[in-house]
Amino acid sequence: MSETASVLVGAGVPVILLLIVYLIGRAAESSHLARLDNDERELADIVMSDLKRLPDNWRATDLHLVTGVAVIATDYFKVFAASLRNIVGGRVWSFETLVSRARREAIVRMLREARDAGANAVWTVRIETATIQGKRQGKSGGVEVMAYGTAMKVTGG
Amino acid sequence: MIVVNTEYLPGMSIVEVKGLVQGSTVRAKHMGRDIAAGIKNLFGGELKGYTELLVESRREAVRRMIAQATDLGANAVLNVRFATSSITAGAAELYAYGTAVVVVEQA
Repeated sequence: MSETASVLVGAGVPVILLLIVYLIGRAAESSHLARLDNDERELADIVMSDLKRLPDNWRATDLHLVTGVAVIATDYFKVFAASLRNIVGGRVWSFETLVSRARREAIVRMLREARDAGANAVWTVRIETATIQGKRQGKSGGVEVMAYGTAMKVTGG
Repeated sequence: MIVVNTEYLPGMSIVEVKGLVQGSTVRAKHMGRDIAAGIKNLFGGELKGYTELLVESRREAVRRMIAQATDLGANAVLNVRFATSSITAGAAELYAYGTAVVVVEQA
């Protein structure tokens, strides 16, 4: 009786710990996504575009470069889910949220820098993405996204 | 020094084009033996230390680009772009480049 109990405990404790770590990770991710929704709503009045030229009837002053950068780490659970995907193929949803979070966070930070300078538009927005290697060769450690553009105070729009 | 990533400045005209200016830094893109990063690999989330490293690298690259433009006698750098490229397995270069120009207010 005590033998089976000790075997159950021996197998169950690491599983429960893994489950707790997984749930904490998911909770952190959903709270980050909620914060992003909030921030995007707050900064939604700043006009963003990747166009190079301003519309002809717009007047712009106080132009300067603004940037936002975010680096999000890959966790083991995402890698595991992705490896399961590799068997059947298809969308790797776990990594899609990772890249999406990094990109949205980088854009929010760029817009915040523009807001702090009193700008109401960010033009010629460009987004650069790079990967970070994990502790072992070939393993994904995370993704970094940099968003940059020219912030300006625009009138006549 | 005006630094923008647009091709032109509204209300100003380019008097002289000084040429291409650049600045670059090389930084680690490997998590290495960072214990904190190891914990992040369990929970996920932002690598704040790495973000700060990237911000500092980018600032330094832009600083070097502006220094080059100042040496040439320019007062603005237009069409700034950033590029990242792998140097070795553990290092990446952040490269900032733009066109240094002399601009004056349009009459």
